[in-house]
Amino acid sequence: MNQWKNFSKGFIKENPVFVLVLGMCPTLGVTSSAINGLGMGLATTFVLMMSNIAISLVKGVIPDKVRIPAFIVIIAAFVTVVQLLMQAFVPALYKSLGLFIPLIVVNCIVLGRAEAFASKNNPLSSALDGLGIGLGFSFALVLLGSIREVLGSGKIFNLTLYSENFVTLLFVLAPGAFIVLGYLIAIINRMKKN
Amino acid sequence: MAKKESTFTNMVVTLVLVTGIAAAALGYVYDFTKAPIEAAKIKAQTEAITQVLPEFDELGTSYKVLTEAGGDSIQLFPAFKGGELVGTAISTYTRLGFSGNISIMVGIDKDGNISGYSVLDHAETPGLGSKMDTWFRNPDPAKTKQNVIGKNPETTNLTVTKDGGDIDAITASTISSRAFLDAIRRGYTAYEQKK
Repeated sequence: MNQWKNFSKGFIKENPVFVLVLGMCPTLGVTSSAINGLGMGLATTFVLMMSNIAISLVKGVIPDKVRIPAFIVIIAAFVTVVQLLMQAFVPALYKSLGLFIPLIVVNCIVLGRAEAFASKNNPLSSALDGLGIGLGFSFALVLLGSIREVLGSGKIFNLTLYSENFVTLLFVLAPGAFIVLGYLIAIINRMKKN
Repeated sequence: MAKKESTFTNMVVTLVLVTGIAAAALGYVYDFTKAPIEAAKIKAQTEAITQVLPEFDELGTSYKVLTEAGGDSIQLFPAFKGGELVGTAISTYTRLGFSGNISIMVGIDKDGNISGYSVLDHAETPGLGSKMDTWFRNPDPAKTKQNVIGKNPETTNLTVTKDGGDIDAITASTISSRAFLDAIRRGYTAYEQKK
């Protein structure tokens, strides 16, 4: 199988947010600003890539019946590593993502890729698949976060674009996440049709 | 490589190995990041203290006060300049936040006035309650009713105007504002208790 395809399919064709519609909890929860989306996306990308590599390496020695618990332990270990590293070296970002980092463990994208791809493919393909899907996820979160931040607080990456007096606060709140996500999915579906 | 059979021994051995390796790796990373995490926490704390107090050159020994049974204790950091007390930074909290606890570092200068505050940790709604970081220190003379800096908790009623107090709440965030003022009052109570 073409390695480039393994990597690039995560952006549009199999984008985890817009096409597979997986991992909705962090998607809707953290995207109140672009920088949160980026941080969450990159943390997930790291976990996805590392767990994909590890799982494709050990897939031969893990009996079928216990593969899910084994995968979850591997994923949880990488998530804890990310959490500790972020706490140590980027405490500000860790503070704003807070609760959502441990939740990467139960993010169905990570287990989904482990089960659907890494347990059937070699480490290189799995790494590229993890990287591609992860970056696709980051791209989706940043896009969603940027739109919500611009409409809801008049800023992007904390740069003020226009006065707070003209913002529509709704977009920073939970309903805004659903509205923006809905429109984005519609646009992507339309684009894919052509 | 052929898949291993799902026999009982195989399954047990695999799971023990996987969890064992994961635990060892985590132990190593924990050890490795322990010092930086501590350092980051202390740095954040020192930065907050510097931000809320008038200029000082030495921090005294911090001490803890319990303001209510069953609550968390409140940590106070006296600060000195040339051996003289210039103010006390108080690491206070409230449980009344719109979404969970809010911790605030508030500074009281030697005259008992609020010299500054810094929101350490909160989960309030972005764009609404999260404005408390700037709202309560607006230097605009027309907004003096929302500014807590320079006010004395002894003579000022630190509750929102809606509850008969002297402070204007954040627009559309009365709950967060109440919580913020609750934390400040709690800090001041701790400060008074020790004096």
